[in-house]
Amino acid sequence: MANDRPAFDARALGPARAARALGEWTDDVRAGRLPRREFVARLAALGVAAPVASALLAFAGVAHAQPQSSYKPTKRGGGGALKLLFWQGPTLLNPHFAIGAKDQEGCWLFYEALARYDADGNLAPVLAAAIPSRANGGIAADGRSVTWTLKKDVRWHDGRPFTADDVVFNFAYATDPQTASTSIASYEGIVAARKVDTHTVRYEFKTATPLWDRAANVLLVARHLFEAYAGAKSRDAPTNLKPVGTGPYRFVDFKPGDLLRGELNRDYHGANRPHFDSVELKGGGDATSAARAVLQTGEYDFGWNLQVEDDVLTRLEASRKGRVVACPSGDVEVIQVNHADPWSEVEGERSSPRSRHPILSEHAVREALTLLLDRKSIQSFVYGRAGVATPNIVNNPSRLNSPNIKDEFSVERANAVLDAAGWKRGSDGVRQKDGKRLKLLFQTSINSVRQKVQNIYKQSCAKAGIELELKTIAASVFFSSDVANPDTYGKFLADLEMYAVAGRQPDPDTFMQWFVSWQMAAKANKWQGVNRGRYRNEEYDRLYRASQAELDPAKRTALIVAMNDLVCREHAIIPVVYRPSIYGVGRQLVAPLSGWDNALTSIAEWYAEA
Amino acid sequence: MGHYLLRRLLIAVPSLLGISVVLFTVLALAPGDPFSEMALNPNIPPEVQAALRKHFGLDDPIWQRYFRWLVAMLHGDWGFSFISRVDVDTLIWQRVPVTLAVIGASQVLALLIALPVGIYSAARPYSWFDRIASTLALVGFSLPTFFTGLLLILLFSIKLDWLPFVYRTDIAATGWDWWVQQLRQSIMPITVLGLFQGAGWTRYVRSATLDVIRLDYVTTARSKGLRERVVIVKHVARNAMIPVVTLIALTMPQVFGGAVVTEQIFRVPGIGSLLIDAIQRNDLPVVMAVTFVLSCLVIAFNLLADIVYGWLDPRISYR
Amino acid sequence: MAGSTPASATAEPTVQAAPARPRRSVSPGAEAWRRFKRHRLAVIGLVVLALMVLLVAVGPLVWRVQINDIDFTARLNTPTANHPFGTDDLGQDIFARMLYGGRISLAVGLSAMLMAMVVGVTIGAIAGISRGAVDATLMWLTDLFLSLPLLPLLLVLTYLFRDALKNAFGPEIGVFMLVVVVIGAFGWMSVARLVRAQFFSLREKEFVEAARALGASVPRQVVRHILPNALGPVIVAGTINVAAAIILESTLSFLGLGFPPDIPTWGRILFDSKEYLDIAPHWSLFPGTAIFLAVLCINFVGDGLRDALDPRKVL
Repeated sequence: MANDRPAFDARALGPARAARALGEWTDDVRAGRLPRREFVARLAALGVAAPVASALLAFAGVAHAQPQSSYKPTKRGGGGALKLLFWQGPTLLNPHFAIGAKDQEGCWLFYEALARYDADGNLAPVLAAAIPSRANGGIAADGRSVTWTLKKDVRWHDGRPFTADDVVFNFAYATDPQTASTSIASYEGIVAARKVDTHTVRYEFKTATPLWDRAANVLLVARHLFEAYAGAKSRDAPTNLKPVGTGPYRFVDFKPGDLLRGELNRDYHGANRPHFDSVELKGGGDATSAARAVLQTGEYDFGWNLQVEDDVLTRLEASRKGRVVACPSGDVEVIQVNHADPWSEVEGERSSPRSRHPILSEHAVREALTLLLDRKSIQSFVYGRAGVATPNIVNNPSRLNSPNIKDEFSVERANAVLDAAGWKRGSDGVRQKDGKRLKLLFQTSINSVRQKVQNIYKQSCAKAGIELELKTIAASVFFSSDVANPDTYGKFLADLEMYAVAGRQPDPDTFMQWFVSWQMAAKANKWQGVNRGRYRNEEYDRLYRASQAELDPAKRTALIVAMNDLVCREHAIIPVVYRPSIYGVGRQLVAPLSGWDNALTSIAEWYAEA
Repeated sequence: MGHYLLRRLLIAVPSLLGISVVLFTVLALAPGDPFSEMALNPNIPPEVQAALRKHFGLDDPIWQRYFRWLVAMLHGDWGFSFISRVDVDTLIWQRVPVTLAVIGASQVLALLIALPVGIYSAARPYSWFDRIASTLALVGFSLPTFFTGLLLILLFSIKLDWLPFVYRTDIAATGWDWWVQQLRQSIMPITVLGLFQGAGWTRYVRSATLDVIRLDYVTTARSKGLRERVVIVKHVARNAMIPVVTLIALTMPQVFGGAVVTEQIFRVPGIGSLLIDAIQRNDLPVVMAVTFVLSCLVIAFNLLADIVYGWLDPRISYR
Repeated sequence: MAGSTPASATAEPTVQAAPARPRRSVSPGAEAWRRFKRHRLAVIGLVVLALMVLLVAVGPLVWRVQINDIDFTARLNTPTANHPFGTDDLGQDIFARMLYGGRISLAVGLSAMLMAMVVGVTIGAIAGISRGAVDATLMWLTDLFLSLPLLPLLLVLTYLFRDALKNAFGPEIGVFMLVVVVIGAFGWMSVARLVRAQFFSLREKEFVEAARALGASVPRQVVRHILPNALGPVIVAGTINVAAAIILESTLSFLGLGFPPDIPTWGRILFDSKEYLDIAPHWSLFPGTAIFLAVLCINFVGDGLRDALDPRKVL
């Protein structure tokens, strides 16, 4: 997001001034003095995700950006077959059980939600007649509810009409603990879903909040097909494997992990949509060959999540059969610092919250580690357009500089900092102090890109006298929650670990919980706590509690900014790059993609140019 | 012989049970969690992951889980995939035709290459044919399949654009057209795997034939005036076949789950890729079912090979 | 049966007329060595193999370029004086990496092969010479190992033993031992089956009966009479096992088991280079050739061994 104005110094604002500034900017947008895009960009510089900025504006009564539609075809069908390649194929088709993003993708062919997030983080209506706003009364002024009006004349694939009863049912189904659904997270903070009339639904919130767009993009299943299978019987429903939705394509066939097929829905509620007569979603293989199939041979029209080195992608694009699209999103790759001691046991527990790391609790060491991360090279030579260097932890796509949080790579400064702190080089080149050697264990999951980053980091650290031992763990083991497994990222039996944080959710709240002391992962909570770094800082705890109690969106955002600053100044965690979503698109395919939502949420809008 | 066969079949049952115990224990001990991806999504409360683990009995002691599995198996219920919520036998049956068509065909190709080339090389040792064939065979098994597969893709799919490299099970054509398309997409995976196997087998066949070809009875057959071809086929080949039969019996069961790399590269939805997916996601029921079928096949082919030895070499007796 | 036709061209065929003078009695070992030396190709194979071992053992002490010297200005360079084998996509010197990784690849390949052979021949011989319960049990064991899926077993073993081995032997040796044991554990079954099959047909032969009649004990029959004739397929299996071991090791580290990703074994370098085949073929050329060369040499040595050890031959 290029900015012609003089470099905007977001960081120079303290919380109170930031709060006032936010209020001013909101007024400016409403009055038309400040372009909406600029507002979103400034909030991004402060670490606030685009969908959140958008929701805040709507709450403040600013009119929605009109969704631009670039859909050209003038009749339904006729586009032939659409072939999609997902190197991790979907394995189930009930959106409420989806474990990862890829399982949801398959569902978007057949099911729909009230709305979806476009590339700028704005909501576009799908099953909703219009996006709620203050003007149309959808967003309640007291922040305690939001009312959605539903599109009329929408039918399920079996012909039954879609009504408010379905929406209310989905809430009950997902929030029933017996169903053990994963979508329960999307309804967090919503206490009730009330049917106002056959085509109007109201969600009521537990506490007043300016973030009204919760559950907007939850995929909705049919009440008449799932009623009989609510609760503990949920996994027996036949519709789990033969989806009946409201979407642009009807279900044809499904082979888990391999192939999913759909055909045109003649009764789809969008005019002239969809363009393609059939859709085929193939899974399996690896990302690089998926990129080849789309970009080099043109066998497929769309490739999902191409986690491939950038120079390989550029070379593949040279065949001119397709192009690579990078969508800004909220995902950030971070290196987590262990503030507890993984090498000693406290009451039988390693990395216990009661212990402090002998080496990493020194600010100088953490500062040196941050200085030794060559983000620019990692971005240029490894991630490429798939990773933009970031010194911030919360959703910062901006290149705006700030005096406090800088992206700096300097081996000399790192050496200076360590020298000043008393770490002297030993005979083998590794620094020592008080009998402790500056040797750290750095673990991550298996992924060729991550391994390259590990190698680069190891080498820079060696130049400063820090010895890094590298360890890689299979992804299903690393991210597991098995209490007996020593290699999980929750147990964190290492000094540093690297992984990506999904920033797809609009609320930065969950992200901020990573640093509160009552969320420290420990034996007591089966290492499920999200504060895996075992970070403890009273000032941070205080700011967090204050932000939870704050209703004014501007003040709240300002508090979030202050928390972000604190964490970055303290080097509690080392952000690496922020990762946009990377897709491969065939030459003739026109597809509005968004990094804030799944790739296939807009599939009804896809078409091929002749 | 009948006695021996009966005895072996009776022994097969407890030995299968024993294998299944070891398999189950190894799989249950392996670290990893089928629901680990939930951990990646900060929004999903950890209770959901814990509830699912409880639902599927993942925290129960191993012997309990084993008995549950055994009882279900005896009822014909092969279990339920943790990840995709589909019956395991459905999953496997979906993949059997493709596996046979591609992986099965590659084994046949390997055999069709190895037998004639190996025997001919041994019949004309140190000739040009022999030297070239041997060198090619050595190259063939020194290069891993991920490498040769990629080479072929680069050459035939990307540079020449002759062949598609993503295998599709739903070709929308009929009759002759269908066969042509099927052939075009299968030829690369079959070749990669077939050549890799065939290279190793050629060396075995050559070595086994060399052992036999100068023996007295072969000289006798020749001096009787029999044609060379008859000598080779009727006298030499049959006696050289013992190591070859052993090999075939060893590798045939690998069709069921062994060709993982080839299936990954060409996206062939065979049982190998089902197995590796299930292993990486810790989908225990699927892994257990596939490896159990594999062990049945191993035992069956082992028995078959033992019987064939008796037919090939009448001096071998079973007491 | 073994050894009637020499395995390789350079061995001379059966001598037509034996010299008339009496021969000195020579120990079997020296006799075998003498016969081996007459195979030109086998000797060349042995020499090249020894050279490779020397190179990887001593090379890193002479060629001082570091294996993980990242240099972004020299990415994907073709061979030059500074970098005799070129550089990879992080600018690291491929020659240095090959020398360093060669130690591991060759050591793993050779040890795993030896382990598989020793275990396989022992089990196959015991199964082949006995009948009934012993044979059935050993075959059950073989079937068990054949059914075991590689990956879960590896995960379990790594999880159970990685730390213990690391503490006892240091990180590199510990992992090395684990990898060798695992690869060896998956290679012995085919050797055992092959040996057993050979034994079935060989033990009925007249010369074995003759040895039995002379009062040879069973172990002596096996070691002196049957085994040398059964070695043909075993040696072929050995060659194939070396290549398979080196390649399997690369698959293991790709899966995160075995050596850490920054250790450049030959299989690993081949794996890292595969996406750059069309723009930087030199990157894959060198490890591929190295593996092929190692396999070729072992193959020739195997041929020579076969003929050297064959009791029926008179050279």
